[in-house]
Amino acid sequence: MTNILVYALHYEGAINKNSLGAVSEGAKLAAELGGEAHAILVGEGVPQDLAASLGNYGASKVLVAEGPEGLAQPVVDAMGAAISGGDYKYALFGGGLLGFEIGAGLAARLGAGVAMEVTAVRAEGGELIAERPILGDSAISEISYRSEVGIVIGRLNAFEIKETGAGAAAVEQLSFELSPHASQAKMITRGEQRGADVDIEGADILVAGGRGLGKAEGFQLCEELAGAFGNNAAVAATRAVVDAGWYPYAAQIGQTGKTVSPKLYLAAGISGAIQHKVGMQSSENIVAINKDSNAPIFEFSDLGIVGDLNKILPKLTEAVKAKKG
Amino acid sequence: MKICVLVKEVPDAAVEKRLNNSTGRMDRSGEKNLNPYDTHAIEAAMQIREGGVAPVEEIVAVTMGPESAVRALHKAVSLGADRSVHLSDEAVAGSDVAATGYALAQTLRRESPDLVLLGQQSDDGECYTIGAVVAEHLGMPSLTQVIKMDVETGALRCERQAEYGYDTVQVSLPAVISVGDAINEPRYPSLKAIMGAKKKPLETVGAADVEIDTSKVGGENSAARWIAAKAPPAKAAGEIIEDEDTAETVEKIVAWLDERKLI
Ligand SMILES: Cc1cc2nc3c(=O)[nH]c(=O)nc-3n(C[C@H](O)[C@H](O)[C@H](O)COP(=O)(O)OP(=O)(O)OC[C@H]3O[C@@H](n4cnc5c(N)ncnc54)[C@H](O)[C@@H]3O)c2cc1C
Ligand SMILES: Nc1ncnc2c1ncn2[C@@H]1O[C@H](COP(=O)(O)O)[C@@H](O)[C@H]1O
Repeated sequence: MTNILVYALHYEGAINKNSLGAVSEGAKLAAELGGEAHAILVGEGVPQDLAASLGNYGASKVLVAEGPEGLAQPVVDAMGAAISGGDYKYALFGGGLLGFEIGAGLAARLGAGVAMEVTAVRAEGGELIAERPILGDSAISEISYRSEVGIVIGRLNAFEIKETGAGAAAVEQLSFELSPHASQAKMITRGEQRGADVDIEGADILVAGGRGLGKAEGFQLCEELAGAFGNNAAVAATRAVVDAGWYPYAAQIGQTGKTVSPKLYLAAGISGAIQHKVGMQSSENIVAINKDSNAPIFEFSDLGIVGDLNKILPKLTEAVKAKKG
Repeated sequence: MKICVLVKEVPDAAVEKRLNNSTGRMDRSGEKNLNPYDTHAIEAAMQIREGGVAPVEEIVAVTMGPESAVRALHKAVSLGADRSVHLSDEAVAGSDVAATGYALAQTLRRESPDLVLLGQQSDDGECYTIGAVVAEHLGMPSLTQVIKMDVETGALRCERQAEYGYDTVQVSLPAVISVGDAINEPRYPSLKAIMGAKKKPLETVGAADVEIDTSKVGGENSAARWIAAKAPPAKAAGEIIEDEDTAETVEKIVAWLDERKLI
């Protein structure tokens, strides 16, 4: 048998979107391998119906393990136990931070091969082959596995969510032992939302700012431009500036922030790192202003302006205002 | 407290990264440097030492890589490490993430550190995960992407951004922590420190010295097998405007936006 075990991250009663994508992808691949996709949830009192709902995305069975939430190592223990007691050939993770940590820890635990940032997977001759972009997405390498179990960690939004209408999955309780080191990390607070609760998801136009703004006050330039565009525009940010406390977390785009696809994404002073790109690359139009002509963002922008944002943004704001009359 | 910092030699940011299409490994010719993300890990170690909450006896830079990697160690020492350890062995060449993490863990084991620090990513490998692999082998708790770290008695209070916002996690020592690049602003080495770096102790070890099972490392033994490389799907190149006359540039931007009915 060639079953696939898919990690499903959940928080406050909902399954993470990237995990739903991973379950859908796992179900598709398992069918091609002639096996089943099972999902695993680890948490404190995981609701039975939440677990069963993964049947709608193609999981034929869902394992539920009681353990601490939000930390990787307890999940490594749980998945390690599931895999040693089951019939699994692959473990699959959707995009996100925890999946990277769990997948890597599990690879070490099992002596398994691991590929991360995977954008596509295919079944070939009863095996999975993972496609992993490398070197700033300038090439894609194809990875297969020599180990008994292969670990695939997807890139954010790489796997499409597909509802199969299969209904509820069978839910099974999994018992496992917490390894000593897994109990040496303790969550104190989780999911703190730093800064104002801004709403950017409905905006047609996003003016996004990064470290190139130079300081927190630099965001004024973005806010003025968004203001000139009108009500359907908002301001977004990179993790670099959110971590620095320049702008609220709620406005962050990317791997550990939001995924958006507005009509216009105007990036100012943003380098275009992969973890940012994955949250905005499906925007209809991407305009980038960066003073470095080699910035990666120019590789995926529709209009790139090589220049100083401090000179360009104020004038652009005036011009947009004038145009709107 | 003894801190080990994992550092790596990577191609300089200015060098275009290329793949050798016959081996699947990176073309490593050209200028190299210390992985910029690792300077944040060294700086974090220095700040723990200078913070004085827990006395730091030693900061040791550890790397695995070819002969040239000693330059990354010299740089690490010029930034504050007291000495360094270089795992250099043909047997580990071409190791994948899992094998590299295992080999590094074996090298670290001999040092019995209270804290292992890493950068958030290597500029060339971009796996983000060596820390998690090393921690599992050492049986230590771990976190990646940490942007704030406070020393408490026998523990660290760490903050990091995960998928639902900021988490604060208390981690008992010994532990393995990968730090994000927002954690600090690395200092520049003094000229004196640069000159003195080569005089600090540097130990070179082979796989046998740190009891690495060589059937688990190297390109041929790695569990993830590279089979081929291909070019990403071609995307129509975007238009580029070099800003020379800003009034003109802005006119062009507005025209471009107007054409697409975005204003
Ligand atoms: C696990 C993980 C998760 C992550 N999650 C996210 C995430 O969710 N979102 C995210 O955004 N990042 C995320 N990152 C971080 C990401 O890798 C980058 O570090 C980050 O996106 C960089 O932000 P930036 O573009 O603002 O800064 P930088 O990379 O420093 O880029 C600043 C840019 O500004 C330009 N610039 C400077 N001055 C000017 C000027 N005057 N005029 C014009 N241009 C100028 C520079 O040329 C440079 O290109 C994550 C990283 C990891 C490892
Ligand atoms: N060969 C190596 N030797 C020492 N440290 C390494 C090596 N490869 C990776 N690291 C460390 O692991 C971190 C994350 O790298 P990666 O997982 O490759 O993105 C780096 O910032 C380094 O601290």
